[in-house]
Amino acid sequence: MTPAAAVATAAHATTTTAAEAHGFLSPTGVEIAFLLVGLVTFGAAVITVTTRQLVHAALWLVVALGGLAVEYLLLTAEFIAWVQVLIYVGSVVVLLLFGLMLTRAPIGRSPDADSGNRRVALAVAVAAAGALVWVVVDAFRTTWIDLDGAPAGSTEVTGASLFQHWVLPFEALSVLLLAALVGAIVLSRRAKADAAAGATGTRRDTEGAR
Amino acid sequence: MHLAYPAVLSALLFCTGLYGVLARRNAILVLMSVELMLNAVNLNLVAFDVWLSRTAEETLHSGQALALFTIAIAAAEIGIGLAIVLAVYRNRGTSDIDKLRDTAEGHEPDGPDSDATGRALPAPQTAGEKAEATA
Repeated sequence: MTPAAAVATAAHATTTTAAEAHGFLSPTGVEIAFLLVGLVTFGAAVITVTTRQLVHAALWLVVALGGLAVEYLLLTAEFIAWVQVLIYVGSVVVLLLFGLMLTRAPIGRSPDADSGNRRVALAVAVAAAGALVWVVVDAFRTTWIDLDGAPAGSTEVTGASLFQHWVLPFEALSVLLLAALVGAIVLSRRAKADAAAGATGTRRDTEGAR
Repeated sequence: MHLAYPAVLSALLFCTGLYGVLARRNAILVLMSVELMLNAVNLNLVAFDVWLSRTAEETLHSGQALALFTIAIAAAEIGIGLAIVLAVYRNRGTSDIDKLRDTAEGHEPDGPDSDATGRALPAPQTAGEKAEATA
């Protein structure tokens, strides 16, 4: 967008927002809470991707995901918030910690946590962040979420829409979860059959047939 | 609430995850960064769904339904991903993705499975099948 067009949209924005009761410099309490929790979440995410202690990365990930759950609550999407707490903080982080344990991750600082292309990665990430933030702020400068009234994401509302309009994707997703379960079991078992060193010979027969 | 707050936070979280995916060397840390990116997408979906449910007359709550689907798919992804990482670790003794260069084109430092020679189990997929075919 050219600067002239940006100025034009900004002027348009001020004229349209003057009619409403929103102001840029008068944040509401929800906005302040969202901003503070967002800072905590972003800081925890940055520590997660930069710390050299692997277990600490997983624990800071808990802080980031919990902060996101609080953000969902502030956005009145309470069902998603509790699903986030249950699935991410409850199970995904535990899985990651088990993965770290089973791959014998070093306790303490590990010198090779970051690869050599760190600077390139930082440049790409900063460029992407700059572009995304600029575009998003430019696009949604005049948009407000109305958080008053009934919550938009209560369990009743979410369940009704999920089981009225989204039943078929829901069922397909359950099949996908079953496939992932079977796949994880197969991936874990095949290595064990290999470790048995072909004592039965069945696997070698299948390899030969292949 | 200004819609820019959740959108900007989501963009920043996504780029944090992007940096992690590009810069990390341990496969499990890369999976953590992927989780951060998926969570950024979820925050966007929820924020825009809440905005749209007040703006539009009739809404399907597609944002929240898609956020739930993303959470379920992320759970499946982390399970499969960790199973793959553990299988690679069991076969190679490392979860360092910079050392998994069997399918890399171009320069090969010292043979395709040089770091698997000292181990009881050769490389997974390609080299493993080759070794079993010769055995």
